Amino acid sequence: MPHSPPPAGLTRGFSAGLAARTEHWRPGLPATCRHGEIFAPATEAGGAGLAVALALDSLVLDKLSDAPDQRAWLWVQDKAARRLGGRPYRPGLPRGLRHRLIHVAADSAQDALFALEEGLRCRDLAFVIGEIAGNPRALGLTASRRLSLVAERHGVPLWLVRLDAAHDLGSARLRWEARSAPSLPPRWNAAAPGAPAWKAELFRAHTYQPGHWVLRDDGVLVADEGAFRPAGPDRDLDLNPIIRSA
Amino acid sequence: MPPRRILAIWLARLPLDRWRLAEGCAEGEGADAEPLALIAETAHGPRLAAVNRVGAAAGARSGTMLADARALCPGLAVRPSDPAGDLAFLESLALWAQRWGRWSALDPPDGLVVDTSGVAHLFGGEEALLADAARAFAKRRLTVRMAIAPTAGAAWALAHHGPANALLGAEEDPAARLAQLPVAALRLDDDVLLLLRRLGLKRLGDLSGIDRPALARRFRNRRSAAANPLIRLDQLLGTVPEPLLPVVAVEAPLVQRRLMEPIRHRELLDRVLADLAADLVRVLEGRALGARQLELGAWKVDGEVIVRRLELAAASRDAAHIVRLFAARLDDIDAGFGIELVRLRVPWAEPLALGQGDFETAAEAHGTSLAACIDRIAVRLGEGAVRRPVLHASHIPERAQRWQSPLAPAPPAQDELAFHARPLKLLDRAEPIAVLYATPDGMPRRFRWRGTVHEIARAEGPERIAPEWWRERGGARLRDYYRIEDDTGARYWIYRSGLAGDGRGGAPEWFLQGLCA
Repeated sequence: MPHSPPPAGLTRGFSAGLAARTEHWRPGLPATCRHGEIFAPATEAGGAGLAVALALDSLVLDKLSDAPDQRAWLWVQDKAARRLGGRPYRPGLPRGLRHRLIHVAADSAQDALFALEEGLRCRDLAFVIGEIAGNPRALGLTASRRLSLVAERHGVPLWLVRLDAAHDLGSARLRWEARSAPSLPPRWNAAAPGAPAWKAELFRAHTYQPGHWVLRDDGVLVADEGAFRPAGPDRDLDLNPIIRSA
Repeated sequence: MPPRRILAIWLARLPLDRWRLAEGCAEGEGADAEPLALIAETAHGPRLAAVNRVGAAAGARSGTMLADARALCPGLAVRPSDPAGDLAFLESLALWAQRWGRWSALDPPDGLVVDTSGVAHLFGGEEALLADAARAFAKRRLTVRMAIAPTAGAAWALAHHGPANALLGAEEDPAARLAQLPVAALRLDDDVLLLLRRLGLKRLGDLSGIDRPALARRFRNRRSAAANPLIRLDQLLGTVPEPLLPVVAVEAPLVQRRLMEPIRHRELLDRVLADLAADLVRVLEGRALGARQLELGAWKVDGEVIVRRLELAAASRDAAHIVRLFAARLDDIDAGFGIELVRLRVPWAEPLALGQGDFETAAEAHGTSLAACIDRIAVRLGEGAVRRPVLHASHIPERAQRWQSPLAPAPPAQDELAFHARPLKLLDRAEPIAVLYATPDGMPRRFRWRGTVHEIARAEGPERIAPEWWRERGGARLRDYYRIEDDTGARYWIYRSGLAGDGRGGAPEWFLQGLCA
C-alpha cells in the first residue's frame, strides 16, 4: 500500500534503527506524535482512561534523566464534558499521577481550547489531557492545527478526548476511536471487573498503519496478543484529505 | 535533654600522615625509612613543620630552622609542607566525622570536635564509640588521640595531654580529674604559657590553688579566651559556654546523564553537554544560584575519567554560554571505547537572583513556567477554574476529595488504602438509576441509566460505607457500593442507598456515582 510521504519533522514509525518495518502502532513506541485524539462515548470513562494510559505509556519512554518525574499534568474539561462524565477523582487515578493533577474546569469549548494551548506552552507539565463534548464550532480544523503546532513546538504531549463527537476534520497525528472492552477476570475474584481494557481503533495516523487493538492496563499499557487487525479497505490512509493539505 | 558529651579528636601527625597517604607508603617504609621533614618557608628561611620518627630520633625537631636541623642530622630529606591542603583535608574529615555525632567543628590546625550528646548508645556505649572511631581512623592510616568529656575544653585537654582514649564522665569532677595535666592543656597562646611557666604554674591544679581574684587581677587586660587562663579554665569546667562553629556540608549542584550507548563522537558529546547545561540551569534556577566554577566529568567505558574545569568571571546561569565555553575545552578529549556517563558539577556557586526576562518571547521559545501557565489560565477562566484535588478525611466518596488552589501546599492526609478500587471519574451528583431486575441477594442485573438499558455482566461488592454520624443528620442512609461491568465492557460504580426496612425512608434507591476507566 503506497503511503503519502510524511510532512517534514515527522518520522515514519519508530524513527531510526528499528526503522521502517514497524509501521504498526504498538504500546511502548516512543512518542513521535505529540497530538492524539480519542473519540469515545460519553457514558463511560473509557476515553479518559485510555488517554491517561497512553500518556503514561509515552511518558515512560521520554524519560532520559535519572531524576523521577514529578511534573504536574493538566486535565481540562468543558462544561458539557463535566456534566456528562463527571470530574476526575483523585483516589481512582494511577498512583504515581494522583498528587500531580491540575484540573481546569472551563465553561465553554473556547475556554477549554485556550487552557489546552496555555498548558501545552508550559514547560513544567508532563502532558495535557483535554475532554471536550460534542463537535463545538470553536474546535474546527484551524483550532486543531493550532494545538498540534503548539504541542510539537514545545514537546508537551496532548491527548484530546472527544465525547460523543462525530469524526470531524482535525489535525491530530493519531486519531483513535475507543470504547471500553470486557476486562479479563481478576485472579482472585473471577466475578469482579478486572483491570481496564479498551477496544481501540486507530483510524487516522501520520506515521502508522491504521488498525484495531484491544488494549489493557496491566500497570503498563499492553495490547492483547493476536487482537490486532489491520483496518478495512475503507480506512485507507491515502484517502485522508487533511494530511494531504497539511 | 541528655548531658553534653563532646568528642575531641587530635590528628597528632596530620601533615606527615597526609604526605604518607599521598606517597602511598606505610609508616617507616620507603621514603619514610630515612630522616625526613616537611618544611615551611618563613621570612628567615625554611623551618621544619613536621619531622618523621626517624628524623626525630636523629635529633631534628619541628619548629627549628632547616639549617640548624641539617647540622644535627646531615641526611635530612625535606619536602614542602601543605598547610592549606591540610586544612581542606580536615574540613572533609570533619564532615566524615559526623558519623559519630550530630555536628562537628574544626579545631585548626589539626583537631576536630564532634558533639556526641545522646548518640553513644547507638554504638554500644562511649568506650565502643571510641573504639569504633579508633578503628575507622586506623583504617585510614591516621594517627589520632581522642577523648570524650562534657565540655570541648576538657575533651581537648584530655585528647592532647591525657591518656589515650580518655573518658570523663558527666558525674566526675573535671577539676580533680584534670588537675595533673600541664597548663598547656588550656589551649593558651605561647606567650601566656611562657608567662605561666615563669610564674611557676605548671599544672592545672596549681591554678586552682591560687585565689581567683589574684589571677583575675594578673590577667585583667587579656580579653581573648586564648590569652586568659581564667576564661579557658571556666570553659574547661563548663561554667561559661564555649560556642563552636559547626561544619555544614554544602551540596554542589550536579546533573548527569547515563548513556545507554557509549558515545564516541564529538557531535553526540556536544548534544549531551547541551542537555546537561539545560538541566543544570534549571537546577540552579531552582536554588537561585549562579555558577562560578564548572566541572565536567566524562566517565569512559574503561573506567578512566576525563575532567574539564572552567571558571566564570561572574555568576552565570546561561546554558548557551556554558556550552560555548566548554566547546573549546572538549577538542582534545579522547573518547577511546566510548563515554558512558557525563556529569556536570558546580563546585562553586554564588547567589544569583532570578531575573524576569521578556515574558512573551521567552514563553514562545522555552515555554512558560507552571506558575505563569496557571496565572494565564486563571486570568481568563476565573480563579476557581484551575484547581487541584486533595484528599480530605472522610469515608463518603464525594467528600473524600476537595479542591484547592493548584500551587498551595497539600494538607497532610492519610494516603488512600491500596485495596480500595475507586472510579476514574466521579459525577458531580450521583444519578438515580432504575433497576429493572435484581437477583434475590440484592445485586441488580439490569438497570436503566440515561435512557439506555445496561445488562450487568460482572460485579464486585458490596462495599458498605456507613453515614458519618458526626457530620450528618440521623436520617442519613448507609450506602452499599458495587463495582460493575456491563455486557459491552463499560465499568461503573453504583450504590444502593439504604436497606429495606432500615426505618430511614422508603424502599432503597439505586444511584450511579462513578465511571471507571
